[in-house]
Amino acid sequence: MTVFDIMGPVMVGPSSSHTAGAVRIGRLTRALLGAAPVRAEIRLHGSFSATGRGHGTDRALTAGLLGMEADDPRLPQSLSLAREVGLYVTFEPVTLPHAHPNTAVLTVTAADGRTLTVTAASLGGSRVKVTGVDDLEVSFSGDLPTLLLRNRDRPGIVAEVAQLLSAAGVNIATLHLHREGRGGLAAMVVESDQPLPGGLLKALAETDGIESVRYLDPKGGA
Amino acid sequence: MSFQSVEGLLQAARELPLWEAVLEHDCREEGISREDSLSRMTALWQAMKAAVADYDPARRSASGLVGGAAARVESSPRPIVGGFVSQVIAAALKTGECNACMRRIVAAPTAGASGVLPAVLLPYQDKYHTPDGEMVEALYAAAGFGQVIAARASISGAEGGCQAEIGSASAMAAAALVSLHGGTPEQMAHACAMALKNLLGLVCDPVAGLVEVPCVKRNVAGAMNALACAEMALAGVESAIPCDEVIDAMRSVGALLPDSLRETGKGGLAATPTALRTAQRLRDGEI
Ligand code: SF4
Repeated sequence: MTVFDIMGPVMVGPSSSHTAGAVRIGRLTRALLGAAPVRAEIRLHGSFSATGRGHGTDRALTAGLLGMEADDPRLPQSLSLAREVGLYVTFEPVTLPHAHPNTAVLTVTAADGRTLTVTAASLGGSRVKVTGVDDLEVSFSGDLPTLLLRNRDRPGIVAEVAQLLSAAGVNIATLHLHREGRGGLAAMVVESDQPLPGGLLKALAETDGIESVRYLDPKGGA
Repeated sequence: MSFQSVEGLLQAARELPLWEAVLEHDCREEGISREDSLSRMTALWQAMKAAVADYDPARRSASGLVGGAAARVESSPRPIVGGFVSQVIAAALKTGECNACMRRIVAAPTAGASGVLPAVLLPYQDKYHTPDGEMVEALYAAAGFGQVIAARASISGAEGGCQAEIGSASAMAAAALVSLHGGTPEQMAHACAMALKNLLGLVCDPVAGLVEVPCVKRNVAGAMNALACAEMALAGVESAIPCDEVIDAMRSVGALLPDSLRETGKGGLAATPTALRTAQRLRDGEI
């Protein structure tokens, strides 16, 4: 915990968790999509849905999807800005079993038709946790560069990925494996200490057995 | 790791000023340079001032319940004390109102409690013509105590009730004032302890779950309490219970608070008939 976790951030009010955290969730989603979304269906759970409107959670999520930071003074106008730039946003309440009270589910679509669903919770302060990407249960903060791989479950694939990362000078901070059944489709979530170079992402995408590559650069505004 | 006890913080402050011990420790831990840290903290100080300067009495919050209070205090026809104290009250309200009206503020330690530190620091600078550099030093002192509170207890209303938000902000502000006014590190610790003690048990009960009522005015309570505790500590008044033990007590009180009094908007003021009507009107989209 640094002094700046106590002092700061500079943010548009009114709530660290409902506003600043929500901006972060929107930004993470945009970064994971890897493009500016043109459509976003947003479902709000628990306190996000109960008090979200008064806290500007709707505007904050939209601001994040537009790539704004939590201190952007245009945040209160984000809904009309979204209309201007051609981002169509809808909101509806949802009840999710066992979810953190400040949880949002964002299904976003890029201009080229790619879609992505992100489930994330705002934990307080402006800290957030991504708990789902598409149908996959995950758990990462988005504070570190994060790689999400979908792969066929075959021997040696984890070692190959680790090899590619280390050859590029990237140190693995955490590695989580998920699989939906032996020999079926599996997933890897890798948090790293360094950002991943574009060439590495391409090499990963071309690796036999890797079906999809998503990458989140916390510093990149996408 | 950040400072885990006020005891440890005071030890580190034997060799160099407390604010500097906090700065150096943080730079070492986070691997950032002194210059970078100072320029970040200076930006936060400037943003605190900008928030107060940005105040517009015509703005209203989402529920319509908040707005215009600071201007009333400033133009009160019959102030009791006026002067410095009225400035503190007005500055707390200005930041709190700006926050509720979706303007830019500095979370310190949270958005809900963002008015407490600026409320005491801005009028202080005004009165004593303190250079910005020294105001920034006071923010490090405040952050040092805040770090210990966050590590041992909590700075989140959802976890520890309002004592963890306004209480922590008030304790940090009290320490900052003592630091600014030439007090010793021990006096800062006593000020911090007394401020937290005075707000122990304060529940988090925001009307309709919004950071508006009672939040904005509680910033005034936090600021006035900080002022009184700093004044006592500088005069040599001591907290009978050591600061670390007070923080631990805050933590255990927070754990004992029922869910309804921890930012759920279900108990306390949030459960009053007027609050329930406001919440209903918000849900119905009437406001
Ligand atoms: S009542 Fe709750 S939301 Fe309001 S300032 Fe206190 S802790 Fe924050």
